[in-house]
Amino acid sequence: MRKSYKDNQVLRGINFEVEKGTILALLGPNGAGKTTTVRILSTLLGFDKGTVTIGGFDVQTHADDVRRSIGLTGQSAAVDELLTGRENLVMMGRLYHLTKQSAHARADELLEEFGLVDAANRPAKTYSGGMRRRLDLAVSLIATPPIIFLDEPTTGLDPRSRIAMWDIIDRLKQGGATILLTTQYLEEADQLADKIVVIDGGKVIANGTAKELKARVGKDRLELTFGTQKLFKSAVSVLEKDIQETNADNKSLTIVLKDTNADVKKTIDLLAKHELKFDAMAVHKPTLDDVFLALTGKQAKDTEGK
Amino acid sequence: MATKLEFEQKPRWVLALADSLVMIRRSSTHIVRNTDQLLGTFFQPIMFLVLFTAVFGGAIATGSENYTDFLMAGIIVQTIAFGSTTTAIAICNDLQRGIVDRFRSLPMSNLAVLTGHVVSDLFRNGISTVVMVLAGLLIGFRPTATVQEWLQFIGLIALFTLAISWLAAIVGLLAKSVEGVQWMTFVVIMPLTFASTAFVPAESMTAWLRPFAENQPVSQMVDAVRALLVGAPAENSILLAAVWSVAILVVSMPVAAWLFKRKTSQ
Repeated sequence: MRKSYKDNQVLRGINFEVEKGTILALLGPNGAGKTTTVRILSTLLGFDKGTVTIGGFDVQTHADDVRRSIGLTGQSAAVDELLTGRENLVMMGRLYHLTKQSAHARADELLEEFGLVDAANRPAKTYSGGMRRRLDLAVSLIATPPIIFLDEPTTGLDPRSRIAMWDIIDRLKQGGATILLTTQYLEEADQLADKIVVIDGGKVIANGTAKELKARVGKDRLELTFGTQKLFKSAVSVLEKDIQETNADNKSLTIVLKDTNADVKKTIDLLAKHELKFDAMAVHKPTLDDVFLALTGKQAKDTEGK
Repeated sequence: MATKLEFEQKPRWVLALADSLVMIRRSSTHIVRNTDQLLGTFFQPIMFLVLFTAVFGGAIATGSENYTDFLMAGIIVQTIAFGSTTTAIAICNDLQRGIVDRFRSLPMSNLAVLTGHVVSDLFRNGISTVVMVLAGLLIGFRPTATVQEWLQFIGLIALFTLAISWLAAIVGLLAKSVEGVQWMTFVVIMPLTFASTAFVPAESMTAWLRPFAENQPVSQMVDAVRALLVGAPAENSILLAAVWSVAILVVSMPVAAWLFKRKTSQ
């Protein structure tokens, strides 16, 4: 899939490819152009310049062929609230022009797969947020499209539903699907994606595997907090050469971890040897903010809408 | 993904028709599932009918017929006009909730979304009309229509419903919120139904209003229905009502389709 696109306001040159059977994460803050990009790729939106090819079809000249081979799950769960889960699935199946038998058989299969069998005959408005998202995703898979777009699939979900969603997305990939997902969370991109494209202000600012990006971003950090100034000062002298930053007011210090597990153990062992007890410890993973800080030298900030 | 999927292999226009049927089925299911709407469909017309008969029945001189006979046509047309708001609200909701984006990402006929709502409106108004006629019979409505006149009545009512629903589709596409829809329809439909021959004869109205009340489309429709059901003087109202409906339909359908396309590709 190729795409290059120019628009003064929203997208100022986006260019990337997704290899068949892989997951690509489009990572960026609100207003970066993620949704706009997905809307263009899924034929919902026109664009001024460039070419977009999905599964070998040009989105402008062969929109219907593209639509036959994609499934789209947008940010707002786009299911019919008054219809039941099963009715939603069958309806969308019929609109993909599946035969009646196929639509029903596939609906049953998806209800099973997404744990919605018990709720199958209840109107979707009675579903919980997590169930609605699952139904929404199931609906986009009704015709087993080989290419799937997921626009912020876990935004607004509780941690459990988020992990369940990650499992589902991973299984889709195992099933051979090509997936493009957008996310604001580095952790999510890290978990799921083979490749990450970071966009900001309508431009691609980095492109690579999670490992490659993280190498550019920096390492995990260990933060230790102590109960008394005395303990804190002793710890500072013991750990001196590893310390990146100290905060005397909070009696806390930060260590950069080259190898997260080994370095944490080494630090704790060292403190134990000197009988220095700490009150709290936390390992900080690089965040999206860190990515942006490293890549652009500025904080990721929320710019206006789409 | 054990199931082997089979796709319909049919010409494009057959598939487009099938899409419309799927969407009509969707919107029709809404009629039954949406309790508020269901109440509106059944009770609102009965309430209007009973209230108007009881309140105005004694006060309005309508000539020879009894007031229920006179009112029936007005209530039927008014209910259909107000009922079209449902189409506008449904379309406005669809646009706001993002489900239109989903439909547009499918290899389906996009216009089917509108067709579904408009045609289900036809069913809903059909039910309303039957309920009203039955309720009317209970409180003294005595139609004189022949079988042929009943059929003409059904055809005319269906045509009018389609026309006004496509007009409502435009409102639904233009409005930015459901409240907006309600306001827009109120401003248009309220004067059209009340400044008409629906509830009182035009002769009793203020001089400046009379020409409008006598000639506007809702009045033509009311006069036509009244002529068909209770044998009131028709003049050329049946023809004019049909012409108005067709004219509205011919204009509003392409406008709605164009608006839908424009509104959804931004």
